[in-house]
Amino acid sequence: MLILENVRMAVGSLRANKMRALLTMLGIIIGIGAVIAIMTVSSSLTKSISDSFQEMGANNITVGVKQSTEQQQTTAQGMKFGTSGKTAEMDEDDLITDEMLEELRKQYSDQIDAIALSESVGSGTLESGDTSANVTVTGINAEYFESSQITLLAGRKIKKKDLTGKKKVIMVTDKVVENLFDGNNEKALTAKVSMNLDGSYTDYYIVGVYKYEQGSNFSDSSDEDVTTAAYIPLTTAKQQLHSDEGYSQFTVVTSTTVESVSSFASQIETFFAPYYRGNDDYEISTSTMESMTESMTEMVQTVSVAIAFIAGISLLVGGIGVMNIMLVSVTERTREIGTRKALGAKNSYIRLQFIIESMLLCLIGGCLGICVGLLLGSIAASILGYAATAPIGAIILAVCFSMVIGVFFGYYPANKAAKLNPIEALRYE
Amino acid sequence: MTAEAKADRVTCLVDPANKEVRKMQQQETSTVISLQGIVKRFYIGKPNELEILHGIDLDIQQGEFVSIVGESGSGKSTLMNIIGALDRPTEGGYCLAGEETAEFGDKKLSEIRNREIGFVFQTYNLIPRTSALANVELPLLYAGVPRKERRERAKELLELVGMKDRMDHMPDELSGGQKQRTAIARAMANDPAIILADEPTGALDSETGRTIMDLFHKLHREQGKTIVLITHSKELAEETQRIVTLRDGRIIGEKGGSLSC
Repeated sequence: MLILENVRMAVGSLRANKMRALLTMLGIIIGIGAVIAIMTVSSSLTKSISDSFQEMGANNITVGVKQSTEQQQTTAQGMKFGTSGKTAEMDEDDLITDEMLEELRKQYSDQIDAIALSESVGSGTLESGDTSANVTVTGINAEYFESSQITLLAGRKIKKKDLTGKKKVIMVTDKVVENLFDGNNEKALTAKVSMNLDGSYTDYYIVGVYKYEQGSNFSDSSDEDVTTAAYIPLTTAKQQLHSDEGYSQFTVVTSTTVESVSSFASQIETFFAPYYRGNDDYEISTSTMESMTESMTEMVQTVSVAIAFIAGISLLVGGIGVMNIMLVSVTERTREIGTRKALGAKNSYIRLQFIIESMLLCLIGGCLGICVGLLLGSIAASILGYAATAPIGAIILAVCFSMVIGVFFGYYPANKAAKLNPIEALRYE
Repeated sequence: MTAEAKADRVTCLVDPANKEVRKMQQQETSTVISLQGIVKRFYIGKPNELEILHGIDLDIQQGEFVSIVGESGSGKSTLMNIIGALDRPTEGGYCLAGEETAEFGDKKLSEIRNREIGFVFQTYNLIPRTSALANVELPLLYAGVPRKERRERAKELLELVGMKDRMDHMPDELSGGQKQRTAIARAMANDPAIILADEPTGALDSETGRTIMDLFHKLHREQGKTIVLITHSKELAEETQRIVTLRDGRIIGEKGGSLSC
């Protein structure tokens, strides 16, 4: 009740000096505003990074055969390692076999939703009549699209049946259909295309058309000649490559019950360890979106916290401003303090009154600062092209911190008021 | 504490002017204020040590209207501060409403001021930007009285002093007389043992001063309040039951009163 009365009193006294209160708050507004703006940009950036990684499959673990010598490919390329240049050095013994996968599937049946297999066939063109389209051809199994999302526009995906029958079917993008069939999906689905890979031609039936998504494969080639991914059954691809070997990499889609994808990834590594014990050249390595997302968001956050900290220094300046004004206010109201004491206000009550006033000053400043910061942050985020996300944690922290500033910088003036000698205070002119 | 002061304390405890009893038996005299050998020195231990009060003995009975007169510099302000529990005597015992206050700490003195003393100042000292009603509520707030009760009591008091239709006005919207009436209502808030008025008419014209004095008389007569009026005006002092004259830190004369002890 006492606090409520004090808040009421503090509101009254701030209202009596509106301009002064606003100017005093300005330091806090700028400080909190700067911090919140930076945190808004940062959290928008973090959100957009993690969203885009999530789209690419946060539950995916890419497992690949990696050279254990210095020549190993960098993990920065993540999911792509082992796909190129492997055939030259890698023996059949080094590759992952169907048996291993079967064993893995059996052992972790609860954790594994799907195992996506793929085999790069190569780049070439799809031709129909005298039109052609550039494609990179990848052989996949039926579970492949569990690991990477596509939007099917027409037809169907690669099925198990296609694999067992080693059918000559292909899934292409709408870009290919645009180039070959003037964008007519119906026409494309009944058509036969000729695939040209290093001069050798094979005929395929288009069974599915999916949406080409700009940037999803990080390629920035011009619109006309864009190279898009085309998918054929894995077994067909093996036949095409004249290989019956294992796989250099595959992707495990973990089920949602798996709590830590990265710790499951290391379980997979442990699972494969016995198979590669005698192998000096190669080993199994895993990479997860989780770890990549983490390291990237961590970086963004570290940088933004550092900047926010610098911005926070202006809060210190603002706090000193608050202290200054509170000291002025105490001096101005010396007589009032004396009267209050004569009427029976205890020292602690006077102290509370001034601390609450300074807290309220900082709190209002902090809230205004949050509004200003969110506004600036959203503008900045939209200029950078990210959807603005409010940094909830930073907002709560800012509110608490502004109150702490109020208490910290308000304590000295409040204590000065509380310690005033009532006789002298009453006599003060 | 001197042996004498200790003895006073015992008297204090023997004579606990119980508030309820006091209210019911207003005619029966009991000591509200008992000052025994009050000495006040300033700058103690320094070369400019100054003794303002040289041993004041004064008893004020319940329901008395006493005036303390003296020239400026006679020590009446210092005496008022001690009576008002704003200051502690250097030596001597001060017994207020049955409680020996000389040894009390700041916190306890605040409570004493809140409950037992109602201050009326020459300069009104209303809290600025706070309505008359809220000003009267203030001592009740410090006493921890709930909001609703506070409001009711404050309204009653403002009605008593004839300020009912002005209770929502801010101090700077009130005339001097109205301010002082509000201040008197505020002084009465916690039904204190004494009302201590320091030159209450000093800043008012004689006509307004007259109405304020009439108000004090009314409170004294109708409410049976103990009122201590500090003034340098002989005329005002003449109106009261008892006049205590102070000069150079000593009581040099008393007139009237019903000194029973």
